[in-house]
Amino acid sequence: MLALLLRDLRLATRAGGGFGLSLAFFLIVTVLVPFGVGPEGGTLAKIAPGILWVGALLACLLSLDRIFALDREDGSLDLLATAPIPMEGAVAVKALAHWLTTGLPLTLAAPVLGVLLNLPLPAFQPLLLSLLIGTPALSMIGTFGAALTVGLKRGGLLLSLLVLPLYIPTLIYGAEAARRGGEGLATATPLLMMAGITLGTIAILPFAAAAAIRVNLR
Amino acid sequence: MLAVRDLAATRGGLRLIEGVSFDLLPGQALVLRGPNGIGKTTLLRTIAGLQPAAAGTVDLPPEGLAYAGHADGLKATLTVTENLTFWARIFGQSDIGNALEAMDLVQLADRPAQNLSAGQKRRLGLARLLVTGRRLWLLDEPTVSLDRASVALFATAVRAHLAAGGAALMATHIDLGLDDAGTLDLTPFRARFPAAGQGDGFDEAFA
Repeated sequence: MLALLLRDLRLATRAGGGFGLSLAFFLIVTVLVPFGVGPEGGTLAKIAPGILWVGALLACLLSLDRIFALDREDGSLDLLATAPIPMEGAVAVKALAHWLTTGLPLTLAAPVLGVLLNLPLPAFQPLLLSLLIGTPALSMIGTFGAALTVGLKRGGLLLSLLVLPLYIPTLIYGAEAARRGGEGLATATPLLMMAGITLGTIAILPFAAAAAIRVNLR
Repeated sequence: MLAVRDLAATRGGLRLIEGVSFDLLPGQALVLRGPNGIGKTTLLRTIAGLQPAAAGTVDLPPEGLAYAGHADGLKATLTVTENLTFWARIFGQSDIGNALEAMDLVQLADRPAQNLSAGQKRRLGLARLLVTGRRLWLLDEPTVSLDRASVALFATAVRAHLAAGGAALMATHIDLGLDDAGTLDLTPFRARFPAAGQGDGFDEAFA
């Protein structure tokens, strides 16, 4: 399992691995927003939590179709299926590797980009917390979507259509936590709800994703 | 080591072959033959557990097999050593030196897999079998794109594997020169009514 995690991390950071791509996309999206809505501080501060969350979510989406498609193309997925590690474990490890190379960097970059969007000072901590709690769910749900579409050629678009609706609850609670933080309200409720969603996806989706892969391997 | 009874295999909802039965004992090799499309790959994938059998049973020790399909499972940006070490660790092994030597890859050890020729990639894919430590090898066209010297190298590796009590089931059109390898021609097992496989119902349509 550790070998699989290390391999995926190594592949992501090698040339063409896509590490940094999501991060650069996140940066560009958030920089584009002030150009679009105008540089007024008040407006930006109001929409900043939502923009940051939507940006992180779209950036996360970019690298999803690589999770299994590449392994399927070069035959690794067949070989992993006959290897001694259970497919459920392999799926969970791949989701973890995706989070470490996408979700975690996005989380760490978000406060910096928050400055660009004039995010209110009290909102920084809830934003960071909400991304830290919420992005694992994005990776796990995305891994499940990637498992569903692994048998399809050019399944990337279908993957986005499948996954984005499933991201809605995480997005609502995440942006809400940051918004409440900015207005000085208590943020515990949305954060706890989001933690529940994350834990639920981690508990259930590895099994669903492994089942989907087994069907797709036939 | 491997007992196949009355096995039927399907591909794309169509039953290709049925009624296949054979035994494979330690030290034995069995070569599957038959024209293209008869179902050699499908049979191997069914035995490997990658797809369910339409009928019949496959008995083999748990965690006993290593499968090598058409694709080698190599990552282009990883070096030969990194690729091989990864698979060795997945199978709980650590030593890859013997496998590198057996498939003549020592000189290429630090080369990224994307810079290898087709034959060299194939050799690396086959070296993967040696680091799995599994006793039953399922090989699907293992000698594709290998030159004569590499085929001999591979035959030597298979012989050593058999001598050590392993077994091999392979689909190949090339004579590897294995002395006591059995041959199973799949032509007589071609499914009679390929259009209407059993259990071809609702579940099958979504499978």
